Amino acid sequence: MILETISTILLLLGAFFGLTGAIGLFKFPDFFTRVHAASVTDSIAAILIISGLILRTDFDLVAAKLLFILIFLLLTSPTASHALAKSARHGGLLSLAETRANNQEASSTKEGNN
Amino acid sequence: MLALAATTIAILSVMALALARALKADTVYDRILGINMFGTKTALFIAVMGFLNGRPDFLDIAIVYALINFIGMIAVLRFFEYTAADDNQSIKE
Amino acid sequence: MAEFIDLVLLGMLAITALGVIILKDLFAVVMLFGIYSFLSALIFVNLDAVDVAFTEAAVGAGISTVLMLGTLALTGRKEKVGSHTSWLPLVVVVITGGALIYGTLDMPAFGDPNNPIHQHVAPRYIEESPKEVGLPNMVTSVLASYRAFDTLGETAVVFAAAIGVLSLLGLPKPDRRAVESGLKSHLVLRVVAKLIIPLTILFALYVQFHGDYGPGGGFQAGVIAAAAVILYALVFGLPLATHVVQPTWLKVLAALGVLIYAGTGVASLFLGGSFLDYNVLASDPVAGQHIGIIVIELGVGITVFAAMLSIFYAFAGQAEGKNIQ
Repeated sequence: MILETISTILLLLGAFFGLTGAIGLFKFPDFFTRVHAASVTDSIAAILIISGLILRTDFDLVAAKLLFILIFLLLTSPTASHALAKSARHGGLLSLAETRANNQEASSTKEGNN
Repeated sequence: MLALAATTIAILSVMALALARALKADTVYDRILGINMFGTKTALFIAVMGFLNGRPDFLDIAIVYALINFIGMIAVLRFFEYTAADDNQSIKE
Repeated sequence: MAEFIDLVLLGMLAITALGVIILKDLFAVVMLFGIYSFLSALIFVNLDAVDVAFTEAAVGAGISTVLMLGTLALTGRKEKVGSHTSWLPLVVVVITGGALIYGTLDMPAFGDPNNPIHQHVAPRYIEESPKEVGLPNMVTSVLASYRAFDTLGETAVVFAAAIGVLSLLGLPKPDRRAVESGLKSHLVLRVVAKLIIPLTILFALYVQFHGDYGPGGGFQAGVIAAAAVILYALVFGLPLATHVVQPTWLKVLAALGVLIYAGTGVASLFLGGSFLDYNVLASDPVAGQHIGIIVIELGVGITVFAAMLSIFYAFAGQAEGKNIQ
């Protein structure tokens, strides 16, 4: 009984974090911040949801498979996010602060010339 | 039972939002991000759906999804490094 | 709840399909194809068709995406803008689609227990399979034993596809001077890939031999093993990968798998039964079925692995030859 309440709490918390991460995907202004929002859903939401599911099993092979899925997700998702951000950086994508600094510099030199 | 249903709906919403981000993206990297998120949420969704339907013995599929999503992402990034080195394709959409 | 999930998934599938048609950037289209495969696989899981979902995810989102990206590396990224509007094809398509939908109105209702397939075909397999074949996974018993001819044909088709691609593109030669291409600067990726690849191959072996008891089997295992070597080729470069898994061996393996499969059939001919009749392979018919199923699944797995990997080598070899720095 108590395991089930803990599992329910974990599942609902995981769902909440997933939703906030997904909403952040739209609300954040810049690509690199959106990567952070997306990785929230991949890390903490996955941990909470899978832990909630593990508490619902009889702690047999199914729990071991769930643990394996969790370890695998935690191993590959941050790597993929890192590779994506690094690839974006190599491709020349600038963060919001850098874009603003560039624009400010460009407008100030334009005014200086005028 | 109710918690599982609520979690299913939440994961479906996350998937829908990721799909929306993949369809309406400012840069091409946003698209890749949306698709990566979609893939990992699919793996979670299978785990939750297995418990909802009372058949938790197809967790092997969740492992395969996570794996294939990772390999797909690496292929996309490798392709990007190839073509970005070739001709300077614009990254803005 | 299941209907609601079905509705949402099918809705997302329709939106993805619309996105594939409307978007002009082929790179985005290829990635949306990957999402399409994931969604189809989810719908199959919701319909309790687990083996099909397995294969759809592995082949559709994994191998197909990689091969299409390899093609995009050779061609351009933008789709050519159509120069004229096409009204006549639209009318033809709408009429044909309408006729097809009208034809489906005669079909029995979806999932109705009184459908003909639930009266004769399904109960016969569900009742007789535990007695005749004795495997928990009935999909494997139908695929590998009752309908073994079809599976032999499918394996031959996979082999023929590999032959077709190889005759058109050719395999890359194993290069003595291994040119360093690959994601050199991604140190994190290399370390994680070194961890993931052995686990993947182990998982592929698990899926191969566990296909009798749970979802899995030869096709899925071959695709997953090929995906592991593809990951190695993507991270460490194609020349190193051709050193590890040499293309000449792939040609041998592809043929070997089909040989094992058909050879089992011929062996059962020699032992007194008909072609692909596993009952004669051992003294006890059920044990004979088990032996036959394991052997032919091994043949299928080997052929699919070799075919997928040689097709990838052929595509990647072209891209490598064009882009080598």
